[in-house]
Amino acid sequence: MAAGTIVIKKPRRTAADQSYVVELVKGLGVTFKHLFKGLNQMRPGGQRPDVTKMNYDEGVATLEYPEEKRPYARRWRGVHRLTLRPNGDVRCTACLMCSTACPAQCIWIKPAEFPVGHPSRGHERFPEEFVIDELRCIFCGYCVEACPVDAIRMDTGLHMTALDDRGSFVYDKKKLMSQVSQDGDQLTANTRPEPGDASHGGITRLKGH
Amino acid sequence: MITGTTFWIATAIKVFAIVFGLVNLGAILLWVERRQSALIQDRMGPNRASIKLFGKEFRVAGLLHSAADGVKMLWKEDFVPPGADKLLYQLAPVISLVPPLCLFAVIPFGPSIYPDNLRRVFGSEGWNAAASYIPLHISMADSGILVVFAMASSGVLGAALAGSSSDNKFSLLGGIRAASQMVSYEVTMGLSLVGSFMVFQTVRLEQMVQWQVDHVWGIFVQPLAFILFFTAAVAETKRVPFDAPEGESEIVAGYFTEYQPMKMGMFALGELVEVMTSSALITTIFLGGWQFPFLKLDGFHLEMFGIAKPIVLSHLAVVIISAITFVVKVGLLVLLQMQIRWTLPRFRYDQIMKLGWRILLPASLINILLTGIVLLFVNAR
Repeated sequence: MAAGTIVIKKPRRTAADQSYVVELVKGLGVTFKHLFKGLNQMRPGGQRPDVTKMNYDEGVATLEYPEEKRPYARRWRGVHRLTLRPNGDVRCTACLMCSTACPAQCIWIKPAEFPVGHPSRGHERFPEEFVIDELRCIFCGYCVEACPVDAIRMDTGLHMTALDDRGSFVYDKKKLMSQVSQDGDQLTANTRPEPGDASHGGITRLKGH
Repeated sequence: MITGTTFWIATAIKVFAIVFGLVNLGAILLWVERRQSALIQDRMGPNRASIKLFGKEFRVAGLLHSAADGVKMLWKEDFVPPGADKLLYQLAPVISLVPPLCLFAVIPFGPSIYPDNLRRVFGSEGWNAAASYIPLHISMADSGILVVFAMASSGVLGAALAGSSSDNKFSLLGGIRAASQMVSYEVTMGLSLVGSFMVFQTVRLEQMVQWQVDHVWGIFVQPLAFILFFTAAVAETKRVPFDAPEGESEIVAGYFTEYQPMKMGMFALGELVEVMTSSALITTIFLGGWQFPFLKLDGFHLEMFGIAKPIVLSHLAVVIISAITFVVKVGLLVLLQMQIRWTLPRFRYDQIMKLGWRILLPASLINILLTGIVLLFVNAR
């Protein structure tokens, strides 16, 4: 035999294996264990483990879907929402970055200027209309990545539900602004001084630098 | 024994109770099997089917799924394959359902009832020994267990006819497998009980139970035969691990591939009834039948525990306790069979044949030999 050869013994069946009865009883032990654990959990008043966190072998692992739902991961991309400023206005500045980045071309924005005399006029625009066709959306998340002001997010934790007609899948600005994140949040995480505030830097080019 | 009109009325009631009970228990067993298998596999099982009554939704723990299945089966199209043998094709499900039901005719599910002596203690003063009695089994056939074997054998016909008449290769394969498997295991089934006949000195099941009430349960005098008979009985029901006849990973659904809902339902029901009848047989021959431990016809005898005086019970109480005991014993055995069905994987076809002919058959012959030798010594004493 060459040096370094590893000899592995062929497993032999014992008399207990061969008779099958012992192994049958062992197998019955396993299934009965699961049966009684499940019975204990399913009896009226029985405690079932948290299905979303349980490990293998801890009992009944069924999630009763419409009543119980498994929470989605934080990074999971669901239906969009438009974030709000502290005063409740839409955070979006209508820069069209998201609609440009969108590979499915499902975002349509109609930008508008603020009226004369509004502190934001000349600093930024706002979307008069902001429409996402959720049927065209491929949920890639590029719009969220593209947005410079954290105005669009996909953290609602909702997947698209079945609706009656195609028109219902076209979400308008009002609908998008009413969506809430998984934490119940509607505001933007990217708060910055509003134009007109003392802390607002103003526009650099106007300062003649 | 009672005679005349009362006899016929009593028999009609017994037949109705047995057939009605077995068929409905079959539906309940379907539910039991689904929920039990679900819990074994860490699932919940079907629990959604509901019925609306008085504006409230009742789910009854999923029991209604069996009813929903029945309704579904009745409303589905009843298709007969064009190339099938019409008569045999229609006959096969009936043949596989009726014999297991008939089997129950000779199985006693309680001690004989003496209607005149219901409130008295058996054998005590005032017991009217001349009174007529109603035996709690349907058939008085002297052949007893031989009827059981005859009926079990005709069960083969159902599967074999279904396989050969439905003009399908998979069905034919399933039918052949079913026929050869059931014939093989019937040999063991019969021979493993010969030892019991030698001990009990009878083939009538009610006398076997009486022997066990007077002496000791059959499992203690014939332990090897119990294992052999149990194995053969499980194989006779054509369920996992002996379900090669319908092995769905190999031959679609075997002998009932071509059968549509209600006829397929009859095969399924026949299978569940077979589980119950085989459990009842094992109970009757090996587990003391309707006897509650230490309960004799006049009450509890606890001499073994140092209580010399028996706890006397009226005849009616003994009958009720015995009948309930029989049902509980059969139920536990059915649950055990279901547990085995969800524990073991299917045997390969050659393994089934090998187990039947090379292991169980010689073992049952050895059992007869050993029983004979032991009986020689016991009787010579």
